[in-house]
Amino acid sequence: MSVWQQYRLRLERKRWRVRAWRKRRELTAVEDRTARIAPGDILVFSTFRNEDVRLPWFLDYYRRLGVGHFLMVDNASDDGGREFLAGQPDVSLWTTDASYKRSRFGVDWLNWLLRRHGHGHWCLTVDPDELLIYPFCDTRPLRALTDWLDASSIKSFSAMLLDMYPKGRLDGQPYRRGSDPLEIAQWFDSGNYAIERNHRFGNLWIQGGPRARVFFPETPALAPALNKIPLVKWDRRYTYVSSTHMLLPRGLNLVYDEWGGEKASGLLLHTKFLDTFGGKAAEELSRGQHYGASREYRAYAGLGADSPDLWCKWSEKYINWRQLEILGLMSKGNWA
Amino acid sequence: MTSTLGVVMLIHTAFDRAEQVIRQWAAAGCPVVVHVDAPVPAERFDAFRARVADLPDVRFSPRFRCEWGTWGIVAASQCAADLMLGEFPDVRHVYLASGSCLPLRPVADLVAYLDARPNTDFIESATTADVPWTVGGLSEERFTMRFPFSWRRRRRLFDWYVRVQRRLGLRRTIPDGIVPHMGSQWWCLTRRTLSAILTAPERPVWDGYFRKVWIPDESYFQSLARLFSERIESRSLTLAKFDFQGKPHIFYDDHLQLLRRSDCFVARKIWPHADLLYDTFLGTQGSAMASGEPNPGKIDRIFAKAVDRRTRGRPGLYMQSRFPNPNWENGLTTARYSVFEGFSHLFEDFETWLARATGTRVHGHLFAPEGVEFEGRQPTFSGALPADAALRDRNAWMFLTSLIWNTRGERQCFQYGPMDNQDVSWPIAKDPNADVSVISGAWAVPLFRSNLDFAELRVQAARLQRIEAEHIKALRSSYAKARVRIWTMADFVEAPMEALQGIVDEIGQSSRRRLAEVPRMVDLGGFGQFLQNLKNQGMHPYLMGDFPVAGGSGGTQPPKRKPYLVK
Repeated sequence: MSVWQQYRLRLERKRWRVRAWRKRRELTAVEDRTARIAPGDILVFSTFRNEDVRLPWFLDYYRRLGVGHFLMVDNASDDGGREFLAGQPDVSLWTTDASYKRSRFGVDWLNWLLRRHGHGHWCLTVDPDELLIYPFCDTRPLRALTDWLDASSIKSFSAMLLDMYPKGRLDGQPYRRGSDPLEIAQWFDSGNYAIERNHRFGNLWIQGGPRARVFFPETPALAPALNKIPLVKWDRRYTYVSSTHMLLPRGLNLVYDEWGGEKASGLLLHTKFLDTFGGKAAEELSRGQHYGASREYRAYAGLGADSPDLWCKWSEKYINWRQLEILGLMSKGNWA
Repeated sequence: MTSTLGVVMLIHTAFDRAEQVIRQWAAAGCPVVVHVDAPVPAERFDAFRARVADLPDVRFSPRFRCEWGTWGIVAASQCAADLMLGEFPDVRHVYLASGSCLPLRPVADLVAYLDARPNTDFIESATTADVPWTVGGLSEERFTMRFPFSWRRRRRLFDWYVRVQRRLGLRRTIPDGIVPHMGSQWWCLTRRTLSAILTAPERPVWDGYFRKVWIPDESYFQSLARLFSERIESRSLTLAKFDFQGKPHIFYDDHLQLLRRSDCFVARKIWPHADLLYDTFLGTQGSAMASGEPNPGKIDRIFAKAVDRRTRGRPGLYMQSRFPNPNWENGLTTARYSVFEGFSHLFEDFETWLARATGTRVHGHLFAPEGVEFEGRQPTFSGALPADAALRDRNAWMFLTSLIWNTRGERQCFQYGPMDNQDVSWPIAKDPNADVSVISGAWAVPLFRSNLDFAELRVQAARLQRIEAEHIKALRSSYAKARVRIWTMADFVEAPMEALQGIVDEIGQSSRRRLAEVPRMVDLGGFGQFLQNLKNQGMHPYLMGDFPVAGGSGGTQPPKRKPYLVK
């Protein structure tokens, strides 16, 4: 990589940082409990809109893994989710009714909070419908992973998005607030992912899964990206560039081995496809606030009024992380 | 009366765990000398000291800065060992441990074990020439270069100085009598050996030399013990495994059963929050475990597998944390597969026949332009691979590697030809897992049997021939690693049974027997004339070989082959 390119990436990183700094004014604190963050706490950063039904399970799940504090941005929810979170002792909450799209889908807001509060902490940036799975997550808390990453001088941890879906129509089984969404969305595609290298940022670009298969069979280039780097030992100089798909400085994107070996990695189980998806899709279509002109929701709407069935004969039923490891979707690397 | 075993313990963090372990040693009567890393703040140190003040046989030695790979660790061990030998005359063996070491067996077991071997030094110690422990690329050079710069904090300077010394050929002389040995830094030495080392008149010379050796804690005592020991057992009593970068593996709660069955005396490194391990192994002082020789075999295998996973990975897997550069794949695909070119044109129902004859999974043209022809023309296949052409063509080679990965344990066969997506032509040729069988020119058969008008046929034939010639060039190039067999169509129809038998034998799934049934070849009557017509139009079809024209139009047909083989 030439010095010129390096310099341009540096400028780009500064640009995103300045942008995050400008966008900080859009955030109003509802409950700022960041003073309670202890040194060494693992932090979760998340932005959401009308996800009240998912929030209890989301908090429970990550509390069980050992997350110390949640820093959440509410984007004009009107379903009571904001009030619910404001009452949680380990949540700091900000709210905004500014444009999600113009904050680059929440990235600017979270970049600002990461910079203010994330420095020196392991920070996990996830949506309320994303559940982190990592090697040994059934026997070792998240702290075991971050301690090991620290000991191995690794600063960022990859967790590809794995779309989970139910068998049958999406609206076939109603999701109850506080229950495990994986009881409904328990199926996934195990081996239909295409990977390319993004040479500019050094990250991998992964597409595929049920969304490519069902929503984008004719135009696979438009299918959503699945590569994610959600867990980072944050430094105030870092910045997410596009969602959590890639970061700057670009060394943080090198979460894969290039010489034949495997680095440790996890998965974000994406439980978007519940009975709530239809309502979301209808709302987002009218708001037009989502990525790529809400392409995904339009593709979904294009399938007709019928709620689609993402399940196919070769879908795999989720058991545990070891199954995902054997299938080659994630890896233990040299963590044993 | 104190025990015959004394423990020197180096601590820099997780003091509450260290205290628990100290109490475990002390409860068995073992004196403990504690070294606390110098950077630990004085208040922390004093508080810790106060917490173990009730233990009479615990001492604290002068503090050094113990940075990884530097002399401080050796200095700290020397000093603490000195203190131990001076203060506790009953001690016969000194055990060097760290704060993250955990005794797995009752301390009495270890004492008894050492009492039975009073003159044995347990220290892993091997010459550099004999072991491949060259993490960081420095083995012998550890002893012949100078390392004044910290590897942790001054990496660039460190590397630069190594390069300078290499280029200038600078070499240090090794003090007389010393043969450099290396090994685990966790040892257990006898009073005799240890005091001989610590009180030797040459010690200032040795210390001066080892001070600038790279990672002296893995070589100082290991080399010097060789000079004085009566009996060396070259192994460490501490179970400690290292990964490919030389960092110790860490034990967690889920390793409990493994550690229990290992029969090792002490293990490191234990994750400080592994409550279950600490509760289990420190809970009982009784003789719960069967005594015996340490047997870390199973743990060795698990960690060796982990290192292998990290350095070599699973061949043929492409995923979020394994994406090898070209030529570094360590196997382009996961398993062997067979590619058939031209067979399905020449034989009727070739796929069904092949599946029956070999017991493998036989697909149609996976790379057909209209869409993927999975076995049974399913809309999806293993791993939920969809049959849509656009999805496949986005990354055709990855489509194939995914298919082979998804169907591990079951051999895949598929048809391929010049009308298919050619993006995979070169990758298949380069893949040692591919068995490619080609009947060149057989693509002309469907043209011959079609009803297209001749001008169109001629254009098609020219195009397909050009593509197949290109493909065969790849298969025959010096980069090709696939097992390739190419017949011209003319050769093949002369003796199809032998060729098919060879292919089926090579797949080798079913038992080796003669083919009971052969596929039915399509009627080739008039094919020779068809080729001649193409020639007459100025388009020379050469890939089929020399096909007999069989005496002009309306001439005699070549004799029909019998569909069954004579045994």
